Amino acid sequence: MKVGLVCPYTWDVPGGVQAHVHDLALALIGLGHDVSVITPADDDAALPSYIVSTGRAVPVPYNGAVARMAFGPLSARRVRRWLRDGDFDVVHVHEPTTPSLSLLATWSFDGPLVATFHTSVQRARTLAAAYPILQTALEKISARIAVSQAARRTLVEHLGGDAVMIPNGVSVATFADVEPFPGWPGDGGALGFLGRFEEARKGLPVLLAAFEKLAVQRRGLRLLIAGPGDPDEVRRALPADVFDRVVLLGQVSDIDKARMLASVDLYVAPNIGGESFGIVLLEAMAVGTPVLASDLEAFRAVLDGGRSGRLFTTGDADDLAVKAAELLDDPDARTALAALGRATARSYDWSTVARDIVRVYETVAVDAPDAVTRRGPYGRR
Amino acid sequence: MPWWFWLVVAFVLFAGYVTATSNRLDRLHSRLDATRAALDAQLLRRAAVTLEIAASGLLDPATSVLLASAGHEARAASGEDADREVVESRLTVALRAAFDDPDEAQTLAAEPAGLALLAELEAATTKVLLARRFSNDAVTATLAIRRHRLVRWLRLAGRVAPPIFFEIDDAPPAHLSVGDAWSGADSSGNAEAAEIVPDVD
Repeated sequence: MKVGLVCPYTWDVPGGVQAHVHDLALALIGLGHDVSVITPADDDAALPSYIVSTGRAVPVPYNGAVARMAFGPLSARRVRRWLRDGDFDVVHVHEPTTPSLSLLATWSFDGPLVATFHTSVQRARTLAAAYPILQTALEKISARIAVSQAARRTLVEHLGGDAVMIPNGVSVATFADVEPFPGWPGDGGALGFLGRFEEARKGLPVLLAAFEKLAVQRRGLRLLIAGPGDPDEVRRALPADVFDRVVLLGQVSDIDKARMLASVDLYVAPNIGGESFGIVLLEAMAVGTPVLASDLEAFRAVLDGGRSGRLFTTGDADDLAVKAAELLDDPDARTALAALGRATARSYDWSTVARDIVRVYETVAVDAPDAVTRRGPYGRR
Repeated sequence: MPWWFWLVVAFVLFAGYVTATSNRLDRLHSRLDATRAALDAQLLRRAAVTLEIAASGLLDPATSVLLASAGHEARAASGEDADREVVESRLTVALRAAFDDPDEAQTLAAEPAGLALLAELEAATTKVLLARRFSNDAVTATLAIRRHRLVRWLRLAGRVAPPIFFEIDDAPPAHLSVGDAWSGADSSGNAEAAEIVPDVD
């Protein structure tokens, strides 16, 4: 099957949607499909052959955050050319409500369209203003996928209609059997955090407050933080002797990310909201590291209601400290959680998720070319 | 500017709006046709696989007869039959009755031919669920635009009958998955399946 994937955000910056599109593309290629991805990207030369770039993306504020996206007549023309040259059986757009390539592709394509909705934070006012324009494009989408119940609810409440739920995938093989960094986790125990920590919703301050408490009683306990952000922010939040036991890795490669997850006794996800899925939880579980996460709906769903990972009250540093101490003191519980976590992660493996997505393609692409009209003001063919 | 100029401008804008709306409606009607055709195809496939399993001789005779009769009725009811929703729901119930028991699926999976049929049935039941969701989603969108005053007054929908939802029980049997499908990873197979594709209100 000839599949066109559309990524709205620039390929140069790591992000959940980009990672999803990348992994999905590889999984589909692995299943023998003919895949082309279109995305904004700064540097054409470094891209693999199945990716088509529309050039530089522009940082623009949208929906309460700044994202690097591509729009305008040049991008529209490039998307149209890609659609024409690709002659796709199905086009799969991601986040079609963002003003970028996905919306342009939805606008221009006359054929079976599948869309995946990732976010659960949509500002009602942004959508209300954009609604009449979006509506016309969204009406063309034959199959809508939401990656979580939270994302699905956002979609139903703000845009109407419905979606099937197919979760995010994780490449279990990438995360199995990775080596921890030398000397980690160490005898004193180690906690881990991964994410863009300057973002308030990631909840790092909650973890730092809990770590300070734990560090007083546990002389050897260390904290490993990976992800882009300002180290001074962490320094200011902690007393000097506690900060000495924090290791900041900065932005890490995919391999180091897996190693980082393997280097800790306990992975902590202290997010305080705005999380739609929680892929990093699955990655930690795939590595075999027990997870302690805030009690958000998305996390509860991934952790099977607290069975394959522990939960603490969202935003409550004291509760986090108590639950973390319990797990640090109980190696048997950690081993049990690691085993359950591995099993859970396997059920989200890309091979399974991609198979479900292909079923969606097969459902919408049945006899589609004959049934789709090739006219109207938006159908320049 | 003379008054008639503005009248012409207003008329052109209005005509443009009507054309755009009419195009939207047109596109929705073709999406409706496409998704309905897909649903029809998936329902027929499910019936065909059921009949093949019944005829394979791999299951006990009682289960085979149950599946054969349900599968036959479903296939006979294809097209615009008013009873189709009832008949297809009956097939779903029959499949669940046969395969909710994990042993039955295991019996079938023990044979190579049976394993292939089981995988096919699992795919077919999931696709029915997906196709029905997409088709009903298209119905919702079409009905929404057909309710617009402009569409009603100018009769933009023409003589096309308003689309109707296709409502059946399509929750697949609990123990069909031979692989480690994430949907089946949970012990509550049926509830989980209903969650993948919850009902249209």
